[in-house]
Amino acid sequence: MYRSLHAAVCDAEAQGISLGQLALETESRDQGRPVPEIRAALARALQVMRDAIAQGMTGDLRSASGLVGGDAAKLRTGPAGPLAGTAFRDVLARALAVQEVNAAMGVIVAAPTAGGAGVLPAVLTGLAQAKGVDDERLIDALATAGLIGAVVAERASLSGAEGGCQAETGAAAGMAAGAATEMLGGTPAHVEQAVALAQQGTLGLVCDPLGGLVELPCVFRNATGAAIALAAVEMALAGIAFAIPADEVIDTMGEIGREMDVRYRETAGGGLAATPTGRRLARERLVQIKTGARGSGPGDRE
Amino acid sequence: MVGPSSSHTAGACRLGLLARCLVGGTPERATIELHGSFARTGEGHGTDKAIVGGLMGFRPDDERLRTALEIAEREGLDYRFEKTRLGDEGVVHPNTARITVERGDRRSVMVGSSLGAGRVLVTAIDGYPVEVTGNYHTIVLVAEDVRGSVARIAGLLADHGINIATLRLTRKERGGDAFMVIEIDEVPDERVRDEIRGLSWVRWAFRLDKVSA
Repeated sequence: MYRSLHAAVCDAEAQGISLGQLALETESRDQGRPVPEIRAALARALQVMRDAIAQGMTGDLRSASGLVGGDAAKLRTGPAGPLAGTAFRDVLARALAVQEVNAAMGVIVAAPTAGGAGVLPAVLTGLAQAKGVDDERLIDALATAGLIGAVVAERASLSGAEGGCQAETGAAAGMAAGAATEMLGGTPAHVEQAVALAQQGTLGLVCDPLGGLVELPCVFRNATGAAIALAAVEMALAGIAFAIPADEVIDTMGEIGREMDVRYRETAGGGLAATPTGRRLARERLVQIKTGARGSGPGDRE
Repeated sequence: MVGPSSSHTAGACRLGLLARCLVGGTPERATIELHGSFARTGEGHGTDKAIVGGLMGFRPDDERLRTALEIAEREGLDYRFEKTRLGDEGVVHPNTARITVERGDRRSVMVGSSLGAGRVLVTAIDGYPVEVTGNYHTIVLVAEDVRGSVARIAGLLADHGINIATLRLTRKERGGDAFMVIEIDEVPDERVRDEIRGLSWVRWAFRLDKVSA
């Protein structure tokens, strides 16, 4: 496992392989599992991601509190905006879809976490569909994402309770940006830039879920996280370099997380959760959950 | 995994799975004390369902986690949740639980944290400081502090073709109980545990399952 994205990029360049291949070989050595077995596990994860997207797109899911659900479908069938018909709009819909399934306690792939689970599948499958990328390359990209996520876990954090949302949807945006950049033909050096560009855009992002539920703003933060990832992919593939290396940007995220007041780390004590409306909704909806007046899982639709 | 939070759901479920191993199966009684963010927002994230589901052997991707509390009531797992403060913020991880499990004449207390992305760290078992990640199959044992205990255990594992990944030996005092945490690459069968339990100087030994994906 790598503690430094730059070290991984150097190794991949020296061996003339992609970061995805490097990740698969490293994981195979660390775990004593053959590469095909790891690829098969990633293929299963990809299937779960696709199932979640399909389920979320139907629009008939409601979260436990009823606060979120049905918005992915609006991007699919609702009125057109300036980005209608583009991969961008499709990626946003996919990100909302996965997170709506998550909020309804459906099955998703933590990528890297459940709260940030929409970004990576949305960006990768959305761009793969738009650009005609086959599943083998998608699976390689998932391995690349895993390598990036492991570096973030080692250097900073992948927990909203420890580092705020920058450690969840922020980390997911970095993983998605790097993985998509490689999937679309970027070099390992491009990947490093994409990670830095995505991660810098999410620095300082707090974790402030209403009532402590992974619903609001989490569902929408996955969509905006995916948008940041797309921006980073576009810039990195254009050859734009960010002056601060990705490893240092990740270190900065960890540092900001450690300094962050506990109110902004998944405790519902600050941010949007502490607004007058946030408090009122949490009060009303949490009572509903307790009395079981509302809420339907993916298995028992209304 | 089943949503909505990898720390509060997948990680919490893994803590339940590990605690279950300490009594060799689904406990009859469990007291779960939640600290920090676990205590403050656990209910909304389904932490209660996830830990109880883990105690019953459900894994993080098991859709039965959604109704784990109802299943527990049906199957006679008597659980109780309490909010607690296990230490200062910044010292104790924000997502930490102390789980007391009882089954038959066995009773065990485990403290563990959910570190994010579903990763966990067990920091204490029955008052002994440990570091168990659940990334490996793990053997945990308490023995009298006798010479050659490590060599004997290592030899026994080697005889069964088991490779040691990590080993940590601690004790509370010289001549007091020695506590050994051994992470291994292979799945140990019941015979290995029974042979270790058969050693006259071993007080007790558990096998903790690998709970990572």
